[in-house]
Amino acid sequence: MTTVEAALAPSLPAAGPRGRSVGWWGVLCMIMTEAMLFVGLLASYFFLWASSDEWPQGAIERPEVARISVFTVVLLGSSIPIFIGEWANRRGRMSLARSALFVSFLMGAVFLANQVLEYRDLHFGWRDNAYASIFYVTTGLHGLHVLLGLLINLVVQAKGYARRLAPSHDVTVEVFSLYWHFVDVVWIFVFSSLYLAPHFA
Amino acid sequence: MTTLLPRPGAPPADEHELRERWEDDPGIPGFFGTVDHKRIGVRYLVTAFAFFVVSGIFALVMRVQLAAPNAHVLSPEAYNQLFTMHGTTMIFLFNTPVLAGFGNYLVPLQLGARDMAFPRLNAFSYWIFLLGGLMMYAGFAFGTAPDGGWFAYAPLTDSLYSPGKGMDFWAIGVVFVGISTTVGAVNFLVTTFKCRAPGMSLSRVPIYVWSFVVFGFMVLFAVPAVTLAAGLLEFDRLFDTAFFRPGQGGNALLYQHLFWFWGHPEVYILFLPAAGMISTILPVFARRKIAGYTWIVGSLVAIGFISFGVWVHHMFATGVPVLAMSFFSAASLVIVLPSGVQFFCWIATMWHGKVRFHTPMLFAMGFLLLFLLGGITGVMVAVLPWDWQATDSYFVVAHFHYVLNGAVVFPIFAAIYYWYPKFTGRMLSERLGHASFWVMFIGFNVAFFPMHMLGLLGMPRRIYTYESGLGWDWLNLVSSIGGFMFATGVGVTFVNLWVSRKHPRDAGPNPWDADTLEWATESPTPEWNFAAVPIVASRHPLWDQRPMTFAEDGAYGPEGALRRAIPITGGLGAEPEDVLYVPPETALPFWVALGLALVFVAMLVQAQLVAIVGLAVAAVAVLRWTWRIGDRDIATRPETEP
Repeated sequence: MTTVEAALAPSLPAAGPRGRSVGWWGVLCMIMTEAMLFVGLLASYFFLWASSDEWPQGAIERPEVARISVFTVVLLGSSIPIFIGEWANRRGRMSLARSALFVSFLMGAVFLANQVLEYRDLHFGWRDNAYASIFYVTTGLHGLHVLLGLLINLVVQAKGYARRLAPSHDVTVEVFSLYWHFVDVVWIFVFSSLYLAPHFA
Repeated sequence: MTTLLPRPGAPPADEHELRERWEDDPGIPGFFGTVDHKRIGVRYLVTAFAFFVVSGIFALVMRVQLAAPNAHVLSPEAYNQLFTMHGTTMIFLFNTPVLAGFGNYLVPLQLGARDMAFPRLNAFSYWIFLLGGLMMYAGFAFGTAPDGGWFAYAPLTDSLYSPGKGMDFWAIGVVFVGISTTVGAVNFLVTTFKCRAPGMSLSRVPIYVWSFVVFGFMVLFAVPAVTLAAGLLEFDRLFDTAFFRPGQGGNALLYQHLFWFWGHPEVYILFLPAAGMISTILPVFARRKIAGYTWIVGSLVAIGFISFGVWVHHMFATGVPVLAMSFFSAASLVIVLPSGVQFFCWIATMWHGKVRFHTPMLFAMGFLLLFLLGGITGVMVAVLPWDWQATDSYFVVAHFHYVLNGAVVFPIFAAIYYWYPKFTGRMLSERLGHASFWVMFIGFNVAFFPMHMLGLLGMPRRIYTYESGLGWDWLNLVSSIGGFMFATGVGVTFVNLWVSRKHPRDAGPNPWDADTLEWATESPTPEWNFAAVPIVASRHPLWDQRPMTFAEDGAYGPEGALRRAIPITGGLGAEPEDVLYVPPETALPFWVALGLALVFVAMLVQAQLVAIVGLAVAAVAVLRWTWRIGDRDIATRPETEP
């Protein structure tokens, strides 16, 4: 059937709905704009670096890499249970989906907890100089995204317990998964720019 | 049972049932709860025009102050506040939302959809815009209106030099309006790609809708930069961080980079939908198809891309490296090419057509001339040596009023005259329309053309008064007279709107014999837009498909309208994929917006309790909202459904 003929007798495909949900596309758009927020922050970071004599500025030491690397692995790893959860949800294995979401939640929470503890251990405050400001604001904004992701994760789990997740409406899990992967991927750039790059300068 | 008079080719539908399913509750619940893209669109327009009037009055007061040398109508402080709020209002609170308003109303209709892809987000986008706009004006209530220019350069706007809450409210307002525009952009993009009528392949999408696609992508990539600029500025002001404080390793130029990375694309974000309006209106009154559809769409996309490579031309005088300046100067010149392509397509359309001079066409042709003049001065200031001479002079003021007032406000007025019959079912008076156009057009040129000369004679921008004997006196007087003339012309249009309410003249469904789908349904548009979704087989459906074809069955036919269904289509050819249901009316978007506004305002005035209440309101509303996302049976379905 050609497009024109199909259009003259529009009807849904017999095999049920096709294509990504509208919500998925909407979240993809939001992610594009959120990504630009981080692009802007990292560009500001390198702009400030380029216009400074020393980096980090003042007497601040270069950030410690070893500790954060461990937690980076934990955060990136938290995407794996999300993949599993999405797969299980699509096949109607709801208890597996819920458990997978819970594991991912724990991993994300561990990362966030470290972030908070690291702030306590740092020897500088965000008022000290521009380096300190951009360091705190960039990692803080990412942390805020992780926190938001964890809250969404809880809501998705709650929807699971309330039997509001089913293969027929798995848009919730699908959309959350997209967002969580984004939060992970952004961290790769934040980590490389803020923690790794100063060591190679 | 009353049956709708079927449009030629449309299957009959039960109007009473449709009303029951679609109409908002009367009174206050319906007012706060509506998710109807048409009501929201009109709301955007009314709000934006209210801001337009306020901002216009600011401009007139400034013109009174400048009409004669050494005038004392305004103090320097008041003058600074007025030009700041005039620019702020025009960019953030008039031009952007008025285009969003037209888009909201028209994009789903031109696509043959029954609503936007995300109707509740759409409502949210309006409320957050309104609250953001009110916040920007809140400074007047605190006696410290923002006075750092609409661009609010740091360090002038840092807490040391701009104490007082006005600046803080300004920055939060910028962030709120940014959120509103972003949410709107997402809605336009997804609606265009997923909610087209069957058969409307990408090559048949109306140019007006294309302009919103480019608008959408540009907003997604540009707005975060201004959010950052305003956000980081607030961190400096409120928490003493050091982003823009050179004494502590910060960099004040960073602010300008962030601001203009949004600021220049923003000019095109405003211009492209206006150009889309022209590409819609010109062919209808030239009585022929638009010349060079593909070229125009290509130009829109090209402008979208190139506009991200020109922002430094606002910073030529700040000491940027010469290599960078050369690049940005060249890119600024290149953008002339796609603009020129569009221009020649418009000329060709008129050249080969039989032009009818109705009011919308007059405004469109007025636009062509003003855009040409603004474009020429644009090329001039893109050239480095010229820019160094003209920067911060009235020449630049003349240039951007020709492009932002001439090339955006004139299309907006063309659109008012063109689509008013669609919105209300009533015609506007042609006589008053012609009068309004001529007074506005002549007034505009009398007001802004002398500014070119003033700039070349050395008059700087943003001065609140000047000495006599510099050769500026009579030009300023002329300019002020023109300003009042322009305002009078705008007033005539308002009178026209009022007269059409008092003495309505019925417009009929398609008064201009136009080609796009918004005219394929009754005027004013019924709540459900299309009882039966049109089936598209041409780029100009209402011209090429006589009678127009409508779907009869399932989600596409009247049965789907009863279930509040929006058919989802996909791919290049808009093949049917799925069905979406328009959610019932809900005040949740309003509560989320109000909660967020409370949080930010409370943080600024340090009322922790209010902030917590706001956060709680927003959180509960978001939870209730998201709890049902993903339910496919979200809309009211007939009980008889299996």
